[in-house]
Amino acid sequence: MSNLEQTVSPVEFEDLKRKDGAAALPRKPFELGRRGLQLLSWLAPVTLLIVWEVLAQAGWLSPHVLPAPSKVVRTAFKLVTTGSLLNDLGISLLRAVAGFAIGGGIGFALGTLVGFSRIAEAAIDRSVQMIRAIPFLAALPLVIVWLGVGEAEKIFLVALGVTFPIYINTTLGIRQVDPKLIELGRIQGLGTLELIRRIILPGALPSILTGVRYALATAWLALVVAETIGAQSGIGFLAMDAREFLRTDVIVLTIVIYALIGVAADAIARLLERRLLAWHPNYGGAR
Amino acid sequence: MTLHVVPSSVASPAVVVTNLRRAYGSRIVIDKLNLRIERGEFVALLGESGCGKTTLLRALAGLDPIDGGRIVAPRRPAVVFQEHRLLPWDSLWRNVSLGLQVKDPRQRAAAALAEVGLGDRLDDWPRNLSGGQAQRVALARALVQQPELLLLDEPFAALDALTRIRMHDLVRELVASHRPGVLLVTHDVDEAITLADRILVMREGRIAFEHRTKGDGASRIARAELLTELGVVASHQTA
Repeated sequence: MSNLEQTVSPVEFEDLKRKDGAAALPRKPFELGRRGLQLLSWLAPVTLLIVWEVLAQAGWLSPHVLPAPSKVVRTAFKLVTTGSLLNDLGISLLRAVAGFAIGGGIGFALGTLVGFSRIAEAAIDRSVQMIRAIPFLAALPLVIVWLGVGEAEKIFLVALGVTFPIYINTTLGIRQVDPKLIELGRIQGLGTLELIRRIILPGALPSILTGVRYALATAWLALVVAETIGAQSGIGFLAMDAREFLRTDVIVLTIVIYALIGVAADAIARLLERRLLAWHPNYGGAR
Repeated sequence: MTLHVVPSSVASPAVVVTNLRRAYGSRIVIDKLNLRIERGEFVALLGESGCGKTTLLRALAGLDPIDGGRIVAPRRPAVVFQEHRLLPWDSLWRNVSLGLQVKDPRQRAAAALAEVGLGDRLDDWPRNLSGGQAQRVALARALVQQPELLLLDEPFAALDALTRIRMHDLVRELVASHRPGVLLVTHDVDEAITLADRILVMREGRIAFEHRTKGDGASRIARAELLTELGVVASHQTA
């Protein structure tokens, strides 16, 4: 808009006025609007899907390499109706939730402690940072030796991946609370618990929720790896089992399911941010 | 480094400071300072930057320890700062009732907000307020506690000139109806003359000059005198 206005010199503008009357502003060549842009953003992925389908149907893509999307959908339907898919999905989700709850709880508790107390920081923080330096997936062989290949090992790995992002962001959030607001709380006569409840935790919440979003991503990654290494049930088991029989349609299906659950988890985290941070100009939107 | 803050009894003045001393390391910021503010009295404190006036206010608020002397003040003076210090995550009424120990905090907050002209914004967020409105909420939050001593630390410094004039009127009204003792720390001589019953000039950690305002007639003379005390006119004359 502004570019166009700049390119029309005063003389040309006069000409336009004379021809079309008072309302003759230069017309914009393209005007897509919000809906248009939204549709456009879906164009590439949908095209890709169609091309994939056509190539598979025409026999240019071997079904052993990459089955047609329609085949994957049919497989999904079949697996749901015969019962095993929903069961496996439930087991995977349960592992993720359990691991997230344990790891998140530990991360939040340690983060709060270290955020409030310099003594706790001196005692705990270095050790936590050292453990954090290990890519948590590298610990998997050791975890298997300790816990064997079972539920405990998978939940442990998820918890390990979740603890650190929550810990770091909780500590950071508490430290970043404006000291002037804490001082105000003291002037208004708040006790320590009230100070934490009314000022410090709300102030740390944006950072904590950022930690939750990171943690959701690592939790999912940990689960995929743990289930792929050795499992008798779950989505990962489904994929490894399908590999034995070259069922690429099932493998693709499990990959898609992992992706969808990742997207769903992120959507839940965003919803939480919108609800809990309605006051925040960057999250709450217009009001 | 002991706190000599003694709760004042009912009929006593709003605050009495005796021989106050405050030092940061070897640097003495406040030295043998004496000050008494009655209930309902509006005292303005002028002084150059770094003369110790904010240090005095923080000591009276109980925010900093003192190194000597005695402060007899109410247990919880109310403070309004240059920044509004509203909690961005709480609605206006929750901000105003912060720390208020009553059964009906919302009604109390509503009444206080109505007094500052924001009675229809109870559930709004602080981020939707202008600078002047936010400062009015901060005033409501201070006065809802029914303080015996109200400490104002340059509360109008960040506001535009017109908003500042409106705030002056509002503060005058509020102080007249609630009658706390007020200590206003400011850089603005005219603001001090407009609002205060008594104007103090602080220099090198002590009260160096005191002026009682006697209505608007004397304000021109007072202004020149005060500026001289602050070292402003003197330097102009020599230049």
